[in-house]
Amino acid sequence: MSEAGSETNVSNVAVFDTHPAEPIDAESPLAWSRQRGLVDAAGGSGQVSAIERPFLGHLILRGGAITLDEAVRAELGINLPGQPLGLNVDAEGSRSVQWLSPDEWLVIVPGGEEFALENRLRERLGDAHFAIVNVSGGQTLVELSGDKARDVLMKSVTYDVHSHGLPVGKAVGTVFAKTSINLRRPSEACFELVVRRSFADYCVRWLRDAGREYGVSVESPTS
Amino acid sequence: MFYIHCPYCGERREEEEFHPNGQAHLVRPADPDSVSDEEWGDYLFFRDNPRGIHHEMWVHRLGCRKFFNITRNTTTYEILETYPMGEQPTITAETAKVRHEQGVQTADGGWQTVGARPENSTLNEETPS
Ligand SMILES: [Zn+2]
Repeated sequence: MSEAGSETNVSNVAVFDTHPAEPIDAESPLAWSRQRGLVDAAGGSGQVSAIERPFLGHLILRGGAITLDEAVRAELGINLPGQPLGLNVDAEGSRSVQWLSPDEWLVIVPGGEEFALENRLRERLGDAHFAIVNVSGGQTLVELSGDKARDVLMKSVTYDVHSHGLPVGKAVGTVFAKTSINLRRPSEACFELVVRRSFADYCVRWLRDAGREYGVSVESPTS
Repeated sequence: MFYIHCPYCGERREEEEFHPNGQAHLVRPADPDSVSDEEWGDYLFFRDNPRGIHHEMWVHRLGCRKFFNITRNTTTYEILETYPMGEQPTITAETAKVRHEQGVQTADGGWQTVGARPENSTLNEETPS
């Protein structure tokens, strides 16, 4: 067994770039909602705004906290959240590391960076016991903001979304309208919902319904 | 609905996020080839169904997706403690009987006895939003 571990290293793990140099058409998980007129081209004037951030790079890291922390700090400049339910965001607000479980973290970076980052992490982690999986195609991120964003969430999740339950820098996996999401609080002004690709349309329709009384707009950039 | 304390997330969550997975602390025979059919059958199919204290495995399926253990009273549905995989319960049918005879209540105020009481009780009081 001691030999087996060293056989899995940078050179023989199959990885591929999901953002090839030659741009090809890609559809966000909300393409179907857009086609059915459930997504607005531009923001409305309501009190709740949901904006999809499609095509980001999502990586799942698994392994020991100490090993991964060193590598992530060196390659990304962000500390691995050591405490449960932690969410660390960089100064720009565009790269983040979220605690998912005691041996599992979600890294989100701007689209196109994830392949290089994955390779750099693999290089650095070498023969350590770890796993990295690119899940960019499997989920999408929706930003929820506005005066009534919290009220909409209160109708949708069982979790306590008041600032004492979900302060800035906290992220929880929970139930959102019968589906599973990661609910994140990267800043005072907004909540982030990481939703499964196949449930994205359902979540948007739920948000439109739950936010109707406040006026809600759903935006999804097409590229 | 119950609030269940997940030992990995470190806080109480709505029951909806969890799913029960049957009796805890089942040990697979170390050498399956050498056990009798009866022993193997017991391991594979037969489960305890006690009235009172029971140890069960649950999974925080919509949260951290980790398995953990619960000590539960099957007649009152009271959850007495939750603890990570690999650990042993602090409350068993024997200790609960002793506690009962001594008049010790295992839980009060609606909280699970172990691991559930919030560090700050003001969190449970009404606060203006
Ligand atoms: Zn959990």
